[in-house]
Amino acid sequence: MARTVRAVLVGLAVVAAGIALAMLRVNPYLYFAGYVILQYVVIATAWNILGGYAGYVNFGTPAFFALGAYTAVFLIQSTRAPLPVLILAGGLVSALLGLGIGYLTLRLRGVFFSIATLALSIVLQTMIMNWDYVGGSRGMSVLRPSGPPFGSYVTFLFTVMVALAVVAVIVARFIERSWIGRGLAALRDNEEAAECMGVPTLKLKLFATTISGCLLGVAGAPFPYYVTFVEPNSAFNLDYAVNALAMPMIGGTTSWVGPVIGAVLLGAAQQLATVTISSEMNLFIVGVVLVAFVVLAPEGILGLVRRLRGR
Amino acid sequence: MFSWDLLANAVVAGLLLGGFYAAVSLGISLIFGLLDIANIAQPAFVILGAYAAYVMNSAFGLDPILTGLLFTPLFYALGVVVYRVYYTSFERRGEESLRGLVFFFGLLFIIEVSLSLKFGVDYRLVQTAYTSRSIDLGGVGIAFRYLVPCVVGVAMTLALYLFLGRTFYGRAIMAVSQDQSALRLMGANPVQIKTIAFGVGIAAASLSGALLISIAPVIPSTDRDYIGRMFAITVLGGMGSIGGTLVAAVILGVAESLMSTFSGPSWSLAVSFGILLLALAVRPAGLFGR
Repeated sequence: MARTVRAVLVGLAVVAAGIALAMLRVNPYLYFAGYVILQYVVIATAWNILGGYAGYVNFGTPAFFALGAYTAVFLIQSTRAPLPVLILAGGLVSALLGLGIGYLTLRLRGVFFSIATLALSIVLQTMIMNWDYVGGSRGMSVLRPSGPPFGSYVTFLFTVMVALAVVAVIVARFIERSWIGRGLAALRDNEEAAECMGVPTLKLKLFATTISGCLLGVAGAPFPYYVTFVEPNSAFNLDYAVNALAMPMIGGTTSWVGPVIGAVLLGAAQQLATVTISSEMNLFIVGVVLVAFVVLAPEGILGLVRRLRGR
Repeated sequence: MFSWDLLANAVVAGLLLGGFYAAVSLGISLIFGLLDIANIAQPAFVILGAYAAYVMNSAFGLDPILTGLLFTPLFYALGVVVYRVYYTSFERRGEESLRGLVFFFGLLFIIEVSLSLKFGVDYRLVQTAYTSRSIDLGGVGIAFRYLVPCVVGVAMTLALYLFLGRTFYGRAIMAVSQDQSALRLMGANPVQIKTIAFGVGIAAASLSGALLISIAPVIPSTDRDYIGRMFAITVLGGMGSIGGTLVAAVILGVAESLMSTFSGPSWSLAVSFGILLLALAVRPAGLFGR
């Protein structure tokens, strides 16, 4: 209990630091890039709850992310709902999709589950592309609300994302340290054995897919206000799928620190590459780093550190 | 007003498309269906084959299908290298399923981005002498642009079927997919057999890539459209069944063609993934499952 309180206190300190940073009003690009990196912290952490803890590799990250974003677009279109409502609604809708995916795990395991999630992403994208109310395949522009705190809206979104990242990490840390995390680890190593030992595997899997989907939707909900123009190809971009998977893999999948390290390193590297070389190089770097890590250091950076300490 | 002509045209176009889809899916049927290697990068190898055909055509005016055939040894060698890396890094350690999947996903992106760094994101197409010709059978048009890839696709299916059923190495591949340790007890090396099978699967991508670029324009990210189609066909056909691959490919081709004729082309991509989800949820063993 004391540890959870401490974690929450540390989280609050991080949020306070984020707000202080926003008050400083340094170079606006820093907030712009910081938002993307923090968004990846949320995405990587969310992916890792299912992929790292439970061992179900989700290729459908774009589906959950875009569902959060498009729920927000729908609500902005219909009711001009405020940002907190958008985030809650985005999380809720994606959580429901996650629950549905959870029931898929009854029949599909390993590779088949991964391919099914990828399929889900494409089917959902096609549906959105044919839905004109939220812009269809042409996309639509979104007007940001006026009079944001901290001067500019991007700076405000930056502080929101700091808070969301803190929430995501605390949730992941809590799951990892509780009996849920141990149950998930058991079913990751051997699902049949875990079931036989009395681990409620279905309940745990449903919990993991729902929480993971919810956090991915939460990450996507502020996206329309960030880019101000939403179209299916950018919201459903497969880049999210490869990044969501690469970041925890690089950092290390067994602990909540791994996705954070991976997201910060890889996210920052991509921002640098976009500015200095080209945005195409981004994905190239991600692909090469991902393959290099998965071949040479399957335990990620955390594994490397552990090995160094062991000697 | 319902048009029977439109329906007949759509069905014929779908049948032709199906032959081509079979060609595209043979490699994954062999690698994923028989060897259980989740090579999700296979579509990227197909696109690589398409760009090889494009380069040879624009530089030397070579026919795309001829190029596809000429490049098969090179693709076979590429497949051997990829499988060796995969085997030493994952399969030997017994970590193939999840990390192997991630490995191939990374490979997919490396190939795709390398192509777009080299060739940009412009659409590329190869024109041949027969591209614009077509024959008319009582109101039903048959475009050579689709007919030739379909014929080649069916020929490839037949060749692979005969290779697996009649030749020594083909039968060895069937054996390795059934029981590896039994094969080892017979004195054969399963790793060597799997290397050959993987190489053949990637070599098939060279030829099917050449077919792809003579049918429709290609950009480096076209591979994403084919991930779903390939896996839908392999799963629907029954993992590793070569005849089933052809049947499933034709079903998918006709379904997509009907969908794009009657509901608009923007829905056709969802067909393959919809069929895939349905097949996975209802009958994961597929139509002709083992």
